[in-house]
Amino acid sequence: MNLGFALGQMMAQASNTASWWKPMQASAHAGAVDSLFNFIMYLCFFFFVLIVGAMVYFVVKYRRKGDGPERTSPIKGNHRLEIIWSVIPTILLVVIFAWGFKDWLAIAVVPNNAMEVRVTGQKWNWTFTYPKEGIVSSDLVVPAGQPVKLVMTSSDVLHSFYIPDYRIKRDVVPGRYTVLWFEPSEPSTHRIYCTEYCGTSHSQMLSSVKVLDSAKYEEWIANGGEEGGASAVPLADKGKKLYEARGCVACHSVDGSPKVGPSWKGAFGTNRKFADGSSLSADENYIRQSILVPGAKVVAGYANVMPSYQGQLNDKQIESIIEYIKSLK
Amino acid sequence: MESNRNNMTQSAHAGTAGGAEPNYINAHKGIWSWMTTVDHKRLGLMYLVGVLGFFAVGGIFALLVRTQLLGPTNGWNTGKQEWLFSGDTYNKLFTLHGAVMVFLVIIPSIPASLGNFFLPLMLGAKDVAFPKLNLMSFYVYILGGTFLLISIATGAVDTGWTFYTPYSTTTSTSVISAVTGVFILGFSSILTGVNFIVTIHKMRAPGLTWVRLPLFVWAQYATSLIQVLATPVLAITLMLLAIERTMGIGIFDPKLGGDPVLFQHFFWFYSHPAVYIMILPAFGVISEIITVNSRKQIFGYKAIAMSSVAIAVIGFLVWGHHMFTSGQSELASAVFSVLTFAVAIPTAIKVFSWVATMYGGSIRLNSAMWYALAFLFLFTIGGLTGLFLGTLSVDIHLHDTYFVVAHFHYVMMGGTMTAFVGALHHWWPKMTGRMLNEFWGKVSCFFVFTGFNITFFSQFLLGTKGMPRRYATYLPEFQTWHQLSTLGSYLLGLGFSITLVYMIASLIKGEKASRNPWGGRSLEWETDSPPIEHNFHVQPVVKHGPYEFPEIDHSMSTGGGH
Amino acid sequence: MGQQSSSHASTAGHHHPKYLAHHFESMAQQNASGKLGMWLFLGQEVLFFSGLFLAYVLGRIFYPETFLAAHELLDWKLGALNTIFLLTSSLTMALAVRGAQVNSKPQMFYNILATLFLGGAFMVVKYIEYSHKFHDGLLPGHFFDAAKAMHNGAPANIPGAPAIFFAIYFVMTGTHGLHVLIGMGLMIWLLVRINRGDFNSENHVYLENVGLYWHIVDLIWIFLFPLLYLVR
Repeated sequence: MNLGFALGQMMAQASNTASWWKPMQASAHAGAVDSLFNFIMYLCFFFFVLIVGAMVYFVVKYRRKGDGPERTSPIKGNHRLEIIWSVIPTILLVVIFAWGFKDWLAIAVVPNNAMEVRVTGQKWNWTFTYPKEGIVSSDLVVPAGQPVKLVMTSSDVLHSFYIPDYRIKRDVVPGRYTVLWFEPSEPSTHRIYCTEYCGTSHSQMLSSVKVLDSAKYEEWIANGGEEGGASAVPLADKGKKLYEARGCVACHSVDGSPKVGPSWKGAFGTNRKFADGSSLSADENYIRQSILVPGAKVVAGYANVMPSYQGQLNDKQIESIIEYIKSLK
Repeated sequence: MESNRNNMTQSAHAGTAGGAEPNYINAHKGIWSWMTTVDHKRLGLMYLVGVLGFFAVGGIFALLVRTQLLGPTNGWNTGKQEWLFSGDTYNKLFTLHGAVMVFLVIIPSIPASLGNFFLPLMLGAKDVAFPKLNLMSFYVYILGGTFLLISIATGAVDTGWTFYTPYSTTTSTSVISAVTGVFILGFSSILTGVNFIVTIHKMRAPGLTWVRLPLFVWAQYATSLIQVLATPVLAITLMLLAIERTMGIGIFDPKLGGDPVLFQHFFWFYSHPAVYIMILPAFGVISEIITVNSRKQIFGYKAIAMSSVAIAVIGFLVWGHHMFTSGQSELASAVFSVLTFAVAIPTAIKVFSWVATMYGGSIRLNSAMWYALAFLFLFTIGGLTGLFLGTLSVDIHLHDTYFVVAHFHYVMMGGTMTAFVGALHHWWPKMTGRMLNEFWGKVSCFFVFTGFNITFFSQFLLGTKGMPRRYATYLPEFQTWHQLSTLGSYLLGLGFSITLVYMIASLIKGEKASRNPWGGRSLEWETDSPPIEHNFHVQPVVKHGPYEFPEIDHSMSTGGGH
Repeated sequence: MGQQSSSHASTAGHHHPKYLAHHFESMAQQNASGKLGMWLFLGQEVLFFSGLFLAYVLGRIFYPETFLAAHELLDWKLGALNTIFLLTSSLTMALAVRGAQVNSKPQMFYNILATLFLGGAFMVVKYIEYSHKFHDGLLPGHFFDAAKAMHNGAPANIPGAPAIFFAIYFVMTGTHGLHVLIGMGLMIWLLVRINRGDFNSENHVYLENVGLYWHIVDLIWIFLFPLLYLVR
């Protein structure tokens, strides 16, 4: 690796943009973590050069020349040296621990003025609920400069909530609540990943944090979780966005190929055969039922694995999805 | 070779390889004599064949995983299909890669194959303390492996090798047979551990005091302690997991009132010490190869021996560092972080001591030594990057990303597997009576070393950038590094394939090996190559330490100054 | 060992006892090895059970009322009877080992036989207990049947998660019972070998090791009994 380049990059302390090997620093905490990361990195670099350098030097210097036996040193050890190379690393490790502990406490203790958002992880999407406003969203939308506290739980298996740009991560555990907080510095968009393995579409359990300035955020809240001018967008387009954002994409294709679930392409109006032998034409009521009570009618040949979206999609959103499916001829 | 002369002094019987007495390979004939053998050397060889076979299987899974990650990526929520395998297939592939490599390859690699073969030889014993038990643990190993293979045949598992609940209690794949396989393999490991500890305590040759033990023996001793004390906890954990799946007893599944994080505590209480089961024997191997090829006393014998034991003990107390983000208490995380750093110190002492051992030596660069130097390089990176992960705040960012994958592979593969292959080169003449081709040995080492670094160094960068692990698809911004990593993995595969070819070639037409081609001073070099059935013609009596080479010039200053 | 070699071992020339395996130098070495191996194995057993004890402790912390209420459904008298059986069997086991040390074949044989019977009695009582639980629907996990339990006299409503209590009860006592059965199998093997005259004051490490194993099985029960039957 081009370590000189790496070092140069680090010296520059790239902050607001992602470097070629580090995510951007979107909060003060991210900067703190990176400083310690760099400190450890320099130490590692030093010790690596020391150890491998000494190794290479010894190999070159003491390489056996010729075939005959040579004299070698009778050294069996050296207490002074052994104490030095035990004590110095110990001191450095104490420094690293204390530094890491300090930064970590900062992320463990949530400030009192933080606004609260509830997060639910579910195979394979995230749902964000704003308890005061009663808004349910597939993206985490927050105002800049305001600490945000996430109260997270899972409705099925373990997930882990990870925003690299903030250097924060916490497992999302069914049956209990875990807490995470961050303070976004300025309006921007950041990725959210699931980092605890959760099955088929683990790698597509993605979402994003949208940081808005406070005026835009107020507008978003006032619109009930829609961004400005949303009403002008056709329902089918909104449905497409929901399809991508709410995890439908993980199991349903729109090109006719079967995935975990049946494809949506040309699905509307066709006759569906179900696992229990019955059949039905795929109309609005059928789609609505399939979203809210997925186990009621399972298409033959597919497993009954879809989670319910009861309480996570409102009527307007369900309508949008129906319109989107209609549009997929 | 130059050092045969000093071995002859020990043994009145100056037999040479191929003398009158048959060796352990041809003393008995027929497949049945192998299947019922209680000879530790034959069992070691059988384990070796098993481990190498499973290594090939696990390696193929790894190459398939890497090949998947080569291809076109999944865009930002575009719903595009994966280019090679579906998400489900990919998940099974990485699970099988992990499970096969951890439970069937790395854990038994050095202890069960080379440990079985060389421990009694190094101790000057005729066999391990319980030869029949040894045969039984081999069959237990085969049975466990069979269960894992059955699980592959019946649809495979997709839980990851960690079997985290509640995913593992709810997924529809064949978890039960995989877990049963690992449960059974655990008992193979326990029985081997019991056998080795007793052997080291009770079967040492006259004069072989604790401070005259080769460091490989010390490392095996520490390893066996962990095997005996940690593995039963894994066994009970997996048993509870299987019962949870079949009966829904509600220990781990939150839907039934259980606690999924409890499983992680149980699992890592075994699996963290298990990484020391994997790495400690490698430390032992490196101590042997470096001293023999530097013709010098090991630097700080007691520090190295004791640090193995210290690692084994502290290693039991650090499992919580796998759970910094799991929701364990803040106090617990802080304590586990401190202990994690504490375990770094004995490890650092070892590395410094190995480098210092080469000072003032007469270094022979044979292919075993090449592998040992590769080990030092790779393990240093693996160990140092552990500092990032032990640090609380930095780990929060790096946890469950490719940084962890890279760190783990630098330690387990760059460390253990490199040492294992190096050890095979070192002891191959003793085991088979044939020499390996030195030229091709170095060529393969070059490919393995280069391929390894390309494969896994790029993964450190991926992880730092935030690429999560166990992803069947990924975002376009990660593609360059992924492609580089895959390229490296092909080089790595090529390197190991070369090794396989010249090893087979050596068996067929390799140059005959003398008793002691490298001039070692420990007891295994004092018998024929390959050894006779009962190891030694005459009970050896030890009068010197394991690293007192004739080249050492005692007239030189031993002062501390350099 | 079946593979006594014709090769000249260093033992050639000195006394070679009948039961000495080829790879040991002396009976003392062989016996000490056997005993150390057994102690290590028992250490392993203790850690195996420690996982179950930890599961018990956590279950009790999460659901204290359940444990208090559900344990009433276990019959402490039968548990106490079983405790007496096992304690007595430990005594007879110790006497059998003593019999080996003093070279008394009848003392070995009859004491092992008594231990075997006491182990059998333990399993019979266990069977009675288990069949009651099966009948009353007091089963682990999914199989727990609250309606059946109530019908058969369980309190109207066991708070918390009775299915977990009975899961822990069955897993712990089941695993322990399996160990008792294995111990009984080993004793039948011992009886055959004692009858054949294999054991004497010089060679009885197998007998001693089965004894050690049996004491550990007993010891685990000593912990299980109060934890499960006598919850306060």
